[in-house]
Formats: sequence, structure tokens, C-alpha cells
Amino acid sequence: MIDSIAEIAADRLAGYERDFLCSLYERMALIREFEERVKFLFLEGAMPGTIHQCQGQEATAVGVCAALNADDWITSTFRGHGHALSKGLTPQELLDELFGARTGCCKGKGGSMHVGNMEKGMVPGIAIVAGGIPLAAGMALAFKMQKSSQVVACFFGDGAVAEGAFHEGVNMAALWRLPAIFVCENNLYGASTHISKVMKNTRVSDRAASYGFRGETVDGNDVLAVYEATRRAADECRFGNGPVLLELLTYRRTGHSRRDPCSYQAKDERERWFSRDPLDRFAAVLRQRGDVAQADLDQLKARIETQINEAVEKAQRAPLPQGADLLTDIFAGAGKEERKR
Amino acid sequence: MKRLGIAEALREAITEEMERDERVFCLGEDIGVPGGWGGAFTVTLGLEKKFPDRMIDTPIAELGFFGVAVGAALMGMRPIVDVQYGDFLFLASDQIINNAAKLRYMSGGTAKVPLVMRAPIGATGRGSQHAQSMERYFTGVPGLKVVAPSNAYDAKGLLKAAVRDDNPVLIFEHKLLYGSRGARAESGATDATSEIPEHDYTLPLDQAALRRQGSHVTILAWLLMLHHSLAAADILAAEGIEVEVMDVRSLSPFDYESIGATVRKTGRVMIVEEGPKTGGVSAELAAGIMEHFSDSLMAPVARVASPDAPVPFAPVLENAYRPDVPRIVDAARRLAAA
Repeated sequence: MIDSIAEIAADRLAGYERDFLCSLYERMALIREFEERVKFLFLEGAMPGTIHQCQGQEATAVGVCAALNADDWITSTFRGHGHALSKGLTPQELLDELFGARTGCCKGKGGSMHVGNMEKGMVPGIAIVAGGIPLAAGMALAFKMQKSSQVVACFFGDGAVAEGAFHEGVNMAALWRLPAIFVCENNLYGASTHISKVMKNTRVSDRAASYGFRGETVDGNDVLAVYEATRRAADECRFGNGPVLLELLTYRRTGHSRRDPCSYQAKDERERWFSRDPLDRFAAVLRQRGDVAQADLDQLKARIETQINEAVEKAQRAPLPQGADLLTDIFAGAGKEERKR
Repeated sequence: MKRLGIAEALREAITEEMERDERVFCLGEDIGVPGGWGGAFTVTLGLEKKFPDRMIDTPIAELGFFGVAVGAALMGMRPIVDVQYGDFLFLASDQIINNAAKLRYMSGGTAKVPLVMRAPIGATGRGSQHAQSMERYFTGVPGLKVVAPSNAYDAKGLLKAAVRDDNPVLIFEHKLLYGSRGARAESGATDATSEIPEHDYTLPLDQAALRRQGSHVTILAWLLMLHHSLAAADILAAEGIEVEVMDVRSLSPFDYESIGATVRKTGRVMIVEEGPKTGGVSAELAAGIMEHFSDSLMAPVARVASPDAPVPFAPVLENAYRPDVPRIVDAARRLAAA
């Protein structure tokens, strides 16, 4: 799988504005810094709950979301911090949520596994594996019935492909030609289990053909490749030729969750993938083309660090929910039931 | 006014709501196939002619199409999704419980899931897997409303209210109460027809309904068991036992205001449930009555329910399984004397 991943050729950047390319890099750098800081806060014991992080997978989230319009939607999973930051949620609303604050994107009722913002086109993360796939098909059905040009990008991992919900959801999306981009972030592991132990055919994109739609395997650690594939997919969807399955080959640098040390990832496998780190690769080509100098990247990192530091400080002082908040937001519409309880 | 059965009343409700609001659509198996059945019990019969784009037949994929319904609801549509048999809700339950019921809460009150789900239940000669009383599995789910209409008037009013509600509402319907006709008719069905007014009406999703007044004993029941309880009350009246019968109707949340009023009136309460006794809706209801109204009780809450067994096929066993009028009469007599 990794053999298909090569250097990003500088001429691929031709035709792109420097600012756009830098914005892709910056968004990936923001996710990396955010996740590293969250990991530290969690291990330190300052942050409650559990965490599922995406270090190493920044290019999938950023590349996909950069190709979507503001009124397009995404669905996500328990590993959703990167998706959220890519869809325009701020580090502040996310950190507030992770600290269980009332000012969080879900008022502290969602937490790390359910980050989302309905104003910004992100349904709260669906933390049941593959649970977001039929949901996304339904969102796409709504767009089609409403004669809207919106699309939904549905993120899930390679582990989700074994679920019945994957089969049922993509089958209906195919049947009704729905504007849904099914984005499989194939990071080779479902929790600690390698993909080869759970699939005979590990080429996830092959499955699309059996449902009668187009699938494509993409270098998921090449942000530009992800962006371009998603643009193509979104165009097809908007022209009534959806859905599309994108299999993005990537790798998780950190544990599945919490304190997982990744002892199940072979050393040489880790090294090979680390040498294809999405940030390093994109930085290299940006430098090579003269879009940025190392000093610019250092400055950017420092700026993001400051931004995250400030957000963390604020999040740690953010107001917590009150006891009365426990029984609000259960039902829409005045909550007669809530008053009854 | 006209007299309709539950299947026809539901069809009329769906038609009117689809005419009123173009966001309303139906999703399910065999619901809009020309020359087909209109769902397993004729509820949507012929609607595909009127709404060719809004009667969506699905693959046999309950988990998938319930998820599709939740997703469409999240994006502003108002789906009515059904299963052919309530037993299949187990397949769909991840989408119902983990997504439909929780997304509003998980989103901090910003997501909305205006979703109607319909499920036929009840032991009707089909053995163990097309027959269960499924209410028990869904009444303890925060974020989900559950109703169970026992007559056509209620079926229409509750369905229309459910469509207009901004929350997920699960409607349990009883196969022996539909009044389905032709090849889809059920043998041994009970008459649940009602006079249906010409004007538009809805019913509250959180209210029980008093069906018969009495002073000695209260029976709480819903769906088919309500009809059996009313028949039992007639028999008991001849013996001088005046039974008050309440249609619980709203299974989540319970209408403790109405239930409390009848408990205070009679002081003797019996709950009749078609499903197995252990862990049933009647268990929760009995506990709730004890918590709220124990001062008014003159005898322990009594229950009549099926034994803890899968629903059997053999008609003789099914009859022994499902509570019937004689069993309800016996239990009520004992309670009245307690």
C-alpha cells in the first residue's frame, strides 16, 4: 500500500495560488498542534473523558473539506477533531467542548467523540462505527428531494467497511444516485487490529463497483491529491452522478485512544509512514517551489502555538454546565416533557 | 363523519400531511409498489399514485433506511418510516436509539430530528419473530416519544401530531386492530374503527385517555389489551364490579397526571400488557405508580402479562400465551376483593 505513495511532484502545484496552498498547510499544522496539545492535556490529567486523535491523518480532513462549499455538510466519527477544524469549527469551541464547558460547540453535552456544529455544516460525530454512513445517505436524499446542489462528505475508517451499515448505506446512495462522498480514511487499523485480519480484499475502493458507482484510491497523505479527488467527486455529485467512494490511504501516528502506545504497529511500518508525513511532505514541496521559507513555517508554528495556548487557557476557565442543564436539549420545541420530569 | 379502520385512518392522515407539507415523505419496504400491498398492512395503499416522488421503496435494509430517515430529518425533511413487523426494529435500533433520540442532546440542542416511525406489533399466528410486543425496548429511551393508538380516531390524530412534532416519535400499531382488508386482512381481528371527523385534528402525544368510568378497580392497558380490558369490564359490571379503564396510549412519556387521577379515585390498579411480564412496560408503570401515588393505593399494583417465553406458533399455545378476557376478569376480581 505504501509503495504507491511517492514524493509530491512540485509541478503538481502549478496553477494553484500560493495563498490557497499555504492555507492547506496552515490548517494541517493547526490540527497537528491542536492534537498534540490535547494529548498532553489528557495525559497530564487536565482534560476529562477519552480522546481519539488524528495525528498523521491531517491531509484527509483538510483536503476533503477544502473542496467543499460552506453550505455542504460532513459527518464524522469518534475521531473528529481534525474534521471539525477543517470544516471551520474554531479551536476555542472545540477545546471548550473537550473540557466539558457550557461554551463548547455542543454545550459540553457532546464531548470529544461528538464534536460538531449544525451552523457550520458538521453533524455531531457519530461514534458508532459506520453509524454515519446511512445518515449521510439520508442527508444526501434530503438534498436531492429539496433540489439543492449541496453534497455531504461522510468520513469513516477502514474498520467501518465491515459493518452492515456501510453496505446498506452505500447501496441506497448508489441506487438513488445521491450526492454523497463516502470518505474512507484507511489508516490500516480498526483499533488495534490490522486491516489484513478483517478483509480479504483490502482495496476498499473496489467495493464501489459492486454497488454500481465510482470508487477511487487516493494518497491520503497528499493534501492536494485529496483536495483534487474530492473536487471531482463533489462535481459528479452535484451533476447527479453520485455517490463516490474515496479511499484515502493514511496512517495514524498516535494511539487509537487514550494511552494506547501503538505496540501493534510494526516499527518499520511506522518509520515508512512517518517518512510520508502529510505535513512534512507538503512543507517540502512548498519550500522547493519557493512558496515558503523555513522561517515562514517556524513563524507559522509559533503563531499557532500561541493561538492554541490562549484557547486552552480560556477553555480551562470556561463556565461549566449547571445542574439544570442536565435536562435541557432532550426534546425540541419548548420541552413540555422536560418540565414534567 | 365517516367510519374508518386504523389502516384507513393512518392512510388518510399520511395523505393529508403530505398534501399539507411537501417535506413529508414515506420510506420503507413495499410501501409504494404499484400493484403491491401498500406496506405489510395496506396503510400506504395507492399513495404512490398521488405522490410518485415521495413514496420511497427501500431495499430490505432496516438499519440502513432508518439511518437514511434520520439523516433526511436532520436536513429538514419530515420522513415517515416504517417496518413491516415491529420485530425488525432490532435491526434499526442503533439508528433509532443512538442517533435519532440522542442527536439533539449531543448537539447541545441545535440538531432537530422530526421523524415518525411506525411499527406493527402483536402475537398474530406468526410464531416468534413477527409477533413480539416491542414497546418495552423503546419506552426507556430519553429523547424518544412513544405512542400506541388503540382506535382509528387516535391513530389519525396521533400520527398527524407526530408528523408535526420536531422530535422522533415511534408509533406502535397492533396487527389485530388495523382492519386491513382483502388479502392483507388478519384473521381474528378486533374492531377498532372510529367515527372520523371531516376537519383536521391532532391529539397530544403525551396524554392517556379514559375509556370507561368505574369506582372499584382501574385497569391500565393499550392496543389490543385495551379492547380485552373493556370486554372484561362489561363482564365484571354484571357482577357489580365497576372497572375504570384507561388507555395509556402515550407510552413515553407516561401521562402521570391522568394515571394519578384514576389511581386516587379507585385505589386499586391493574396493568394489562401483551408482552412478557419481566422487564415490561407494566413493570415501569407499576414502579412509577408506587413512587408517585403509593398513599392512594389500597392494594398492591396487579399485573396481567404474558409469561416469560418467546411468542409460540401453535394457536393453542398462542392463546395460552397472550392475556385474554377471562384472565383479565379473574385478576380484576382478585384485585377488587384484595
